[in-house]
Amino acid sequence: MKYMDEFRDPATAKKLVAEIHKLASTALSQREPLQIMEFCGGHTHTLFKYGIESMLPDNIEMVHGPGCPVCVLPMARVDDCVAIAEQPGVIFTTFGDAMRVPGTRKSLLQAKADGCDVRMVYSPMDALALARKNPEREVVFFALGFETTMPSTALTLLQAHREGLKNFSLFCNHITTPATMRAILTDPDLRLDGFLAPGHVSMVIGTHPYDFVTRDYHKPLVITGFEPLDMLQALWMLVKQFAEGRCEVENQYARIVPEAGNVAGLKAIAEVYETREHSEFRGLGNIGDAGIQIREAYAAYDAEKKFGLPFDFAQGAVGYDPEHLKCADVLRGVIKPWECPAFAKTCNPQNPLGALMVSPEGSCAAYYAYGKLAKRKETA
Amino acid sequence: MCLGIPGQITELVDLEFLVAKVDIGGVKRDVIITCVVDDEHPAESCIGDWVLVHAGFAMSRLDEEDAARTLALLAELGDMQAEMEIMRQVGASA
Ligand code: SF4
Repeated sequence: MKYMDEFRDPATAKKLVAEIHKLASTALSQREPLQIMEFCGGHTHTLFKYGIESMLPDNIEMVHGPGCPVCVLPMARVDDCVAIAEQPGVIFTTFGDAMRVPGTRKSLLQAKADGCDVRMVYSPMDALALARKNPEREVVFFALGFETTMPSTALTLLQAHREGLKNFSLFCNHITTPATMRAILTDPDLRLDGFLAPGHVSMVIGTHPYDFVTRDYHKPLVITGFEPLDMLQALWMLVKQFAEGRCEVENQYARIVPEAGNVAGLKAIAEVYETREHSEFRGLGNIGDAGIQIREAYAAYDAEKKFGLPFDFAQGAVGYDPEHLKCADVLRGVIKPWECPAFAKTCNPQNPLGALMVSPEGSCAAYYAYGKLAKRKETA
Repeated sequence: MCLGIPGQITELVDLEFLVAKVDIGGVKRDVIITCVVDDEHPAESCIGDWVLVHAGFAMSRLDEEDAARTLALLAELGDMQAEMEIMRQVGASA
């Protein structure tokens, strides 16, 4: 196809890589490599798939961020899912990714094998359809994800409300990107210089929620798409900011990301959700304002209220990660996956011990699939 | 979960609740178009438009070239197969 050829044009890629190298050799420190975090797991995936990391100069280092909603799920939260699924009469519905994430007792997939009615759906609207079809059952949708999926769960809840459905609820586990970024920026173990920001989250929230990153923390940030050339261009834009001593929020993905975000989506989010006081995220600990919950006005659709949670999570429970699993350190970009003693030994995509190995967006899964080269480069 | 699959709006199913049929890689399913409809783009004008579909919701308009590129990227990354499979299993218009 014509357009794809243009977009994957090796000449353009080469030119961008050369420009990045030129800037890096003239304008960046040769000793201290620049540490750039790609926040989103989708970007991690692209970096590996196209070997972008290995095209970069030695004084630019990519740090893989926690931007995979399944990966930041604490085990205790999975336990709560299983506990809800075990209630009589419940149909527990979820996106596919979440099925295999281990809890302290079991994953949702194991719960299903043990007889619970756990169903994978493509959309929260599928869960709503199940609720309509099964009025005698309680249908719960496990609402998770960053802002990309928030409008869809919020709009689904509003639709249930409009129809007056009584047997539908959301188990809300959404997490907001800017607050998570703030937590990373205040992490004393991390030394980051700049961010590649997630394209599809930004399509919903727009560009301004990142202003604090440049204003309060003086780290430049570029919002980017998922094509290899998107990411190369964004990296070039970021390095150029360093070279020119600028620190701004820039938008490489303007073809999808409007400055003001998605107005209808943001309206639905504001109508349905509010920030939660305590939220525990895997690897990130307690981030007060990153978790969200369903507003009191829609309490009838809140699975936590309906099923008398907290079992664990809402009390501010901690993650219970077993000592030898280093998911938390990998999530924060403090260590690389191959530094976890379980990596590729007891923990692999067929038998994941941590969520980072479950979703293709998780950095352990990405390292496992493509990572051998990266390890050689990093240890060289 | 976060990448989204491009699809083309083929018909309007419900104007009140803003449901449209979208052809996503050959699978037709009902998609909510609330987030891509505004005064400038009334629902009636959406037929033929390419949209980025996340979890059954159209979240953004994109042009045809972009749609083609994204589909190719997803196919290459191997992310689309699983989602399409679920879409098929759950029923194209659940
Ligand atoms: S290899 Fe497994 S246990 Fe170790 S950090 Fe990755 S997901 Fe966690």
